[in-house]
Amino acid sequence: MHDMSGHAVQHHAPPTSFIRKHVFSLDHKVIGKQYYALALVAALTGMVLSWFMRIHLAWNSAPIPGLQLLSKTGAPGGVMTPEFYLQLMTMHGTIMVFFVLTTAPFAAFGNFFLPIQVGAEDMPFPRFNMMSFWVTFSAFLVLMSSFILGDGPTLGGWTQYAPLNAVGSAAGPGQGLGVVLWMASIGLFCVGQLLGSLNFITTTLDLRVKGMSLMRLPLSAWAWFITSCMGLTAFAVLMPGCILAILDHVAGTSFFVASNLVVNDQVQPHSGGSTLLWQHLFWFFGHPEVYIAIVPGLGIVSHILITNMRKPMLSHRTLIYSFGALAVLSYMVYGHHMFVSGMNPYSSLAFSFPTLVITIPSTIIVLVQVFSLYGSKLRINSASLFSLGFISMFVAGGVSGFFLAQPSIDIMLHATYFVVGHFHMVMGVAAMFGIFAGTYFWFPKMTGRMMNETLGKVHFWCSFVGAYCIFMPFHYLGMAGNVRRYASFVDDYLQPLIPVHRFITVAALLTGAAQLIFLYNLIHSRFWGALPPNDNPWEATSLEWSTATPPPFDNFGGKHPVVYHDPYQYGVQSSVGDYVMQASPEQVKTEDEEK
Amino acid sequence: MATTIHEPPQIDSRRSPEPGHSGNGGWRNMVPADGDLRVTLDYSPPPSSTAIFVVMFAVIMMFAAFTSALIVRKGSSLDWQSFTLPSILYINTFVLVASSLTLEIARRRVAVFMGGLKSRVESPARWLYVTLFLGLLFVAGQYVAWLQLRSEGLYLATNPSSSFFYLLTALHALHVLGGLGGLIYVLRKLSKSVLRRNQLVATARYWHFMGILWLYLLLLLWMKL
Repeated sequence: MHDMSGHAVQHHAPPTSFIRKHVFSLDHKVIGKQYYALALVAALTGMVLSWFMRIHLAWNSAPIPGLQLLSKTGAPGGVMTPEFYLQLMTMHGTIMVFFVLTTAPFAAFGNFFLPIQVGAEDMPFPRFNMMSFWVTFSAFLVLMSSFILGDGPTLGGWTQYAPLNAVGSAAGPGQGLGVVLWMASIGLFCVGQLLGSLNFITTTLDLRVKGMSLMRLPLSAWAWFITSCMGLTAFAVLMPGCILAILDHVAGTSFFVASNLVVNDQVQPHSGGSTLLWQHLFWFFGHPEVYIAIVPGLGIVSHILITNMRKPMLSHRTLIYSFGALAVLSYMVYGHHMFVSGMNPYSSLAFSFPTLVITIPSTIIVLVQVFSLYGSKLRINSASLFSLGFISMFVAGGVSGFFLAQPSIDIMLHATYFVVGHFHMVMGVAAMFGIFAGTYFWFPKMTGRMMNETLGKVHFWCSFVGAYCIFMPFHYLGMAGNVRRYASFVDDYLQPLIPVHRFITVAALLTGAAQLIFLYNLIHSRFWGALPPNDNPWEATSLEWSTATPPPFDNFGGKHPVVYHDPYQYGVQSSVGDYVMQASPEQVKTEDEEK
Repeated sequence: MATTIHEPPQIDSRRSPEPGHSGNGGWRNMVPADGDLRVTLDYSPPPSSTAIFVVMFAVIMMFAAFTSALIVRKGSSLDWQSFTLPSILYINTFVLVASSLTLEIARRRVAVFMGGLKSRVESPARWLYVTLFLGLLFVAGQYVAWLQLRSEGLYLATNPSSSFFYLLTALHALHVLGGLGGLIYVLRKLSKSVLRRNQLVATARYWHFMGILWLYLLLLLWMKL
């Protein structure tokens, strides 16, 4: 008889072979760990590249040992050429934005915990999920291959502006094959994230366990869901941009290159292309991408703070609606990246207004978090410290966004280090702190071991102080007119700023070195860390803490949990303490009711 | 602050059209109010049903991006050269629309077959094969259209108008090939008697969407080229 009912979920049997278990696994938990490992490798790569750049900016003619191994022509004798500086900058930005900030908080933690937090056995399309990771991994390999193929990676920056991205090798090293590899890599990355978003959306909408209404989802699950909706829209638009750019390179089309363009004394064969077209396609993706990087962090740190505050946020709904508002508004503000592109001033005005408006949900989120903290007895641990650090970075970096949102001020600051300071703090470091917070919080559930708390706290304070030492002076440099993307500062007016650059470089080297503490803690704890006292070491309420540590193959050991409570029932009296878990049928009273 | 449901959730049978769907919360419920039985709905749409709309949304976004690129590119310079669309496109359009009709016939016959009334439907797969054939015919027809353009000296890089023609038709054909893969998947499942209704419905929706997308693209190309 034909099967007429049931879901399309292909519940797959537990794998037995090593390959199916650890390499080409269909298990969302393994895929989440694979994404995390990829992000870790990418983050270390991106950090080392930033070290090279910082050393070069502070000591312009100093040879950097080993640099010539990366490029023979780009670093003769270990001294960086200006072109090679731009190539490293491009790779640093691309690796960090795509393969760290998108991959870790969204794809890694989301893959591992979203199905468990909704009570599902797996994602509905595990094969697509596996494909999502391996396509993303291939994208990383393609990107990194540009170091050894042709004349190196592209030097056009992570935004790859036209016409530089389309005129070929005449524009400089890496602008031929390097750009094609970059476009192919990002095109592949888009496919991977679209497949991931498909799974995230269907998991959240269709696989929630009985009793798990949308408003009972934890804030982290909401953040992943909203991010996947953003990813679906944004990556589907970037991919056409990449296809058009590749065609300009390999097929001789003219989408992005204008007529009679002369590059390095060579008239380009293209005609009539629109350089602004790329910017529209890119930034329609690019600005939501900023929120794709940060919204999962907002959800993760909210989830962690609530657990450690032992009380829910002042308003669960307000936070969810604000996440949603960020997602919607993120598509209406993208033109603010193009204030200096020469577009119609009325367009600037139209993009400026939502840019100022988007600060409202951001502010609401932070205020709800901060006022919820007021009066709580916060448990201080590595996860909660990094969550506080997240808020601190998000606020400190976000405040400069108020200035940049206004076209008249942005014209002055746009090409300076002010912008570099702004986006590194609000999106880069804040998101990194979200990743760290998530790691310290969920590590016991992911591996069955606890991380070392002392090392975690040392790691936090080094990173927190270090990040401020690196990125706050960037704002000062920007206000002093220090242009960005320059490989060296030889102009007279920039000379007095060199000591600031040297301070930043030393801070960057030390802060980067402090990440080795984290790396040691991560690897050591994975194998030799203390065993958690029970399945719920943080006394948390959401479903991931209801199951075994680490969770079994089907997440809940053949059972289907039933959800009886809102996600954050803290400050109550129950048989287990001051909280009641979502899957517990226990009737509880609030402390107020008890009195 | 803390509110609870004190009893295990009950199934609201009135809103559970397919009792086979169990264990899920159901996305229709947006209201979390504890004690409200709507939170305990024991029904949610099958993921393939949701997924196909998600896929369609991504495809729409992609072609919307190409459409805006076409409009911007045409307006950015005077080098745009219009040309007459190959006439075979209209025949291809007819073939694709016809394939939607045959798939709809197939879907109904398979539904009757799966409903257990086998005696009334002898060969439920026949119309699926017809649809598959028409789909392949459409892709072959598109290939003939490209050959026609080549014979006129219009290549991918000849002009932005021909660039967009090749690009949009090729990407649409790729998506149609994806739909053909879906049809083969359905045929395989049907032959093994393990086909699920929602798999058939999702494939049919995608196929009809390909038809609508093609009608849109034809209109766009006809107006802009």
